[in-house]
Amino acid sequence: MPENSVTPAAFEGAVVCLEGVQKIYNAGTPTEAQVLHDISLSLMRGDFTAVMGPSGSGKSTLLHLIGLLDRPSAGSLKIDGVETNGLSHLEITRLRGHRIGFVFQYHYLIQAFTALENVMMPMLGAAGFPNAAMRERARWLIDQVELGPWVNRLANELSGGQQQRVALARALAMNPALLLADEPTGNLDSRSADAIFALLQRFNTAEGTTVLFVTHNAALASRCRSRINVIDGRLTSG
Amino acid sequence: MNHSWLPFEWIVAMRFLRQGRLQTLFILAGIAIGVAVIVFMSAMLTGLRANFIRRVLSAQAHIQLLPPLAITRIQDPADPRAGPVHLAVVQAPPQRRQHIDQWQSLVNELKALPQIRTVSPVASGSALAIRGDASAGVTLIGVVPDQHWRIIHLDEKIVRGHAELTGGDLLIGTDLASDLGVDIADKVRLQVAEGFALVFTVRGIFDLGNRGANKQSVFLTLKNAQALLHIAGAVTSLEVNVEDVDQAQIIAETITQFANVQANSWIKTSAQFFTAIQAQTTANVAIRFFVGLAVALGIASVLVVSVVQRSREIGILRAMGISRAQVLRVFLLQGALLGLGGSILGCLIGTGALLLWQSLMRNPDGTPMVQLFLNTTLFLSTFALGSLTGLGAAVTPAIRAARLDPATAIRA
Repeated sequence: MPENSVTPAAFEGAVVCLEGVQKIYNAGTPTEAQVLHDISLSLMRGDFTAVMGPSGSGKSTLLHLIGLLDRPSAGSLKIDGVETNGLSHLEITRLRGHRIGFVFQYHYLIQAFTALENVMMPMLGAAGFPNAAMRERARWLIDQVELGPWVNRLANELSGGQQQRVALARALAMNPALLLADEPTGNLDSRSADAIFALLQRFNTAEGTTVLFVTHNAALASRCRSRINVIDGRLTSG
Repeated sequence: MNHSWLPFEWIVAMRFLRQGRLQTLFILAGIAIGVAVIVFMSAMLTGLRANFIRRVLSAQAHIQLLPPLAITRIQDPADPRAGPVHLAVVQAPPQRRQHIDQWQSLVNELKALPQIRTVSPVASGSALAIRGDASAGVTLIGVVPDQHWRIIHLDEKIVRGHAELTGGDLLIGTDLASDLGVDIADKVRLQVAEGFALVFTVRGIFDLGNRGANKQSVFLTLKNAQALLHIAGAVTSLEVNVEDVDQAQIIAETITQFANVQANSWIKTSAQFFTAIQAQTTANVAIRFFVGLAVALGIASVLVVSVVQRSREIGILRAMGISRAQVLRVFLLQGALLGLGGSILGCLIGTGALLLWQSLMRNPDGTPMVQLFLNTTLFLSTFALGSLTGLGAAVTPAIRAARLDPATAIRA
């Protein structure tokens, strides 16, 4: 594993590879705004990279592009070696569902479901998983985030830190190659934030999951293996 | 997940409905009331229609075949035999009593038609019923009892005596019996205009549910009527019942194509009744349409609100790899489930209201005023219509949910 795999050029076998990516909103209109400028970046399997930068610098946009929630205005974006330009909506959805996990600042758990059910959700949506296997995997993940006793509690019966841990377990349900964490500790007290960060590290080490971790917390960023800064839509390595 | 054997869409749709319990209950109540109105109206109007038809057809045949009308023929002025023709006024000829030509072979032809259930020959004409000093103008109806009772079911309308006709037996209506002051086994003299008369014994007194018919109709055997009317072996009409009463007019028209008769179906002779039925049916369709529309708008509005409320959840589902089609199906299913659930509840409420209405609306003799028709078809069609309405109403909200951009939804 390279010391810092944030490289300006494409890297063979990279989990994420961006080349000359730009994002322009409202292109061709008076309100046109270029949020990202010529971003090139490669993340390898097992990388744990912090993304820092002031608010409005384009961190979340970068994360949404890498997470295939949005499409670049220009440039190439490959996930696990698959060029995403030209993929259909359904192909993008499948790629996202199978290769990428998300954790956001807010947990976005579905309140009508229990912790276990929320974790099973991506597997249910993907279909084809035997019921017992789904349940077993979800149960194992819940145990990993140390919520075994709360497995059958509805999402709204859990504390903020517990909900975020369920969200992390859900993000890992499909055993993704890439985990995108958009300020997952932003709403948590320092103890819960540390717990979440420790879990991220554990999955990164144990499963080899590539983690891209957006944070304003310099202390947590310093504990990541590599760091990039986004300033005015441009990338600088830290 | 207890229902994980179900497809993803079902699980999410049912949980979303269960989570918004109050919202779901209110819209279910709205749908149920709308469906109950539809069920109530439909069953009541079907019952009323069937009741009317039953009443109308219990005293008359579905089709009456009569001899062709006598018409005035104008000689063709171009015919050299006509000579000079000067026509100022052409009068319609008086209609003498006529007979159906070759009626027995016509009966055989009619019986061979699969649409025809019963054919009954009738010899009828006017007469005077006399008992002592009392007399009344009546219509003689000479019939073959076994055949004719299958058409008008007189045997079920006998209030005193029996519906048997042999030899010199006579069946008269309650009003005529009262006017003449006769009862069972009393003698009544029937005299036709030509002066010929026969004496009959009252065997039964009937009530056709119509004062005019009870006053005027007297039933006797076909042979006695033919003898009184001096039409030995002939009949003045053929009464026909068909398998499908709604097809009576079409069958009547078919008969006139191969037989030289006038064929009057009950549909033609009860045109006003049919107009009333048609008006009711139109009103019912309009009510059903607007109630259905209100239900559909109710479901749509609830689902639109649900989409807005759940946009973040939808966004995260999409981010987790749930496809647009799956999101679409989640909301379509919610609409269909609401429609089906509301329809089931509505059918129960509608049935309850109908039974209550039936128990309150009674004839003086305690029998229900209207026989209700609560059949499986009505309920199944209501369930199907309710589900389809729900499905249709959910299309717009479902498309809206499916088109939600996950990034925008999560940021919102």
